[in-house]
Amino acid sequence: MIITEIRPNPEFEKQVADLGGADVKMCFQCGTCTASCPSGRRTSYRVRKLMRQTQLGLREEILNSEELWDCTTCYTCVERCPRSVPIVDVVVALRNMAVAEGHIFENHKKTAQNLYKIGHTVTVNANIEKLREELGLAKTPPTVLANKKAMADLVKLMDATGFNKIVE
Amino acid sequence: MAKYAFFLGCIAPLRYPGLEKSTRVVCQKLGIELVDLNDAGCCPAPGVIKSFSKDTWLASAARNLALAEKQGLPIVTICNGCYGSLFEAAHELNNHPEVLAKANKFLKEIGMEYKGTTKVHHLAEVMYKEVGIDAIKAKITSPVKYKVATFYGCHFLKPSDIKQLEDSENPHMLDDLVEATGAVSLPRKQKTLCCGAGGGVRAAFGDVAKEFTKTNLENMKASGAQFIVDVCPFCHLQFDSSQKDLGFNIPVIHLSQLFGIAMGMDEKELGLSAHTVPVKL
Repeated sequence: MIITEIRPNPEFEKQVADLGGADVKMCFQCGTCTASCPSGRRTSYRVRKLMRQTQLGLREEILNSEELWDCTTCYTCVERCPRSVPIVDVVVALRNMAVAEGHIFENHKKTAQNLYKIGHTVTVNANIEKLREELGLAKTPPTVLANKKAMADLVKLMDATGFNKIVE
Repeated sequence: MAKYAFFLGCIAPLRYPGLEKSTRVVCQKLGIELVDLNDAGCCPAPGVIKSFSKDTWLASAARNLALAEKQGLPIVTICNGCYGSLFEAAHELNNHPEVLAKANKFLKEIGMEYKGTTKVHHLAEVMYKEVGIDAIKAKITSPVKYKVATFYGCHFLKPSDIKQLEDSENPHMLDDLVEATGAVSLPRKQKTLCCGAGGGVRAAFGDVAKEFTKTNLENMKASGAQFIVDVCPFCHLQFDSSQKDLGFNIPVIHLSQLFGIAMGMDEKELGLSAHTVPVKL
């Protein structure tokens, strides 16, 4: 039998809290979240387990796991949690920490690169531009796509938050 | 006349422009004035971008909110994702001075400031609460007889503690709106099940996302639905783009398109050619 000693990891707890996941300590492991989770029904993602791992500060197990990315942020667990744990906020906090360590899927990076390049998460498509004109809409929507200065500002803003390190 | 800054988002203008067009036409008919929120960017997406960097998400959302603040208008959006991000960011920024100060530190880099006053609304909410079912019924010129499956998505009503629109487990707002057109909203199993696309799952694990969509489609088909009516371009995209692979063929329309049909919009104006599952009225 292998016995693993788990030591408290206050630094991890603080990091999660700083990123918006403070109340994970409220979880008493009832499992309402896992029972309600539509992703858990289809994948190996287990919300209750993730909340316990977070309380215990099992940093590597959490940040390296693919399951962390199985949550669709549907909020069913949050709606039903009897302890009002902001579960989705905890998941987002953990994902931020994973990405900061370089754990990011290629397709997610592409989405991030789209945002960084054109200010939108999806690309511009010529057929849609044509359809927009047929509908009497501006060929280019009146967003950052239509204003270079506004787009440059958005990039500058994203750079100030360190987004350039994620997309490179 | 109610007046709003129209936040376009990404999927509607760049994948399904018929949703944008229908919204503009329908709002005009209902006496809602839409002013373009010029220079806005992505909300940014609550599942992906917020998962990568909360700071980037907060600062970019604050920029969009500041643009509306400058116009002196509340925001209206036709997308659950945009509604989720902008509403939640506004909730944090407008109620927590330390969060606002943090966002403004970033905004200062581009010479902007957000004071924390912008309110964010979903089009379905505006139609239900501000226009009202009776006023909508009065504008219906071409009632429809469709049997539909309503699809609320997740970020319209949830998290309900801050959205405070209605019971997220047993909602009826969208059903009431849909039935104002003459359509019948059919009951079905697991009505509030996620489409599967959110949280970056569609991009990272497309097959997992489709498993959610499949269960929804099975339940919709069993209910006898002729149309799926959504309030989110991202759910719309997920349902419209995955049916071919999954062996289903139920046309998907946004609430704005259903209203457009019932208010006599020309079929061409609905932008149905962008849909993968053919829509026959």
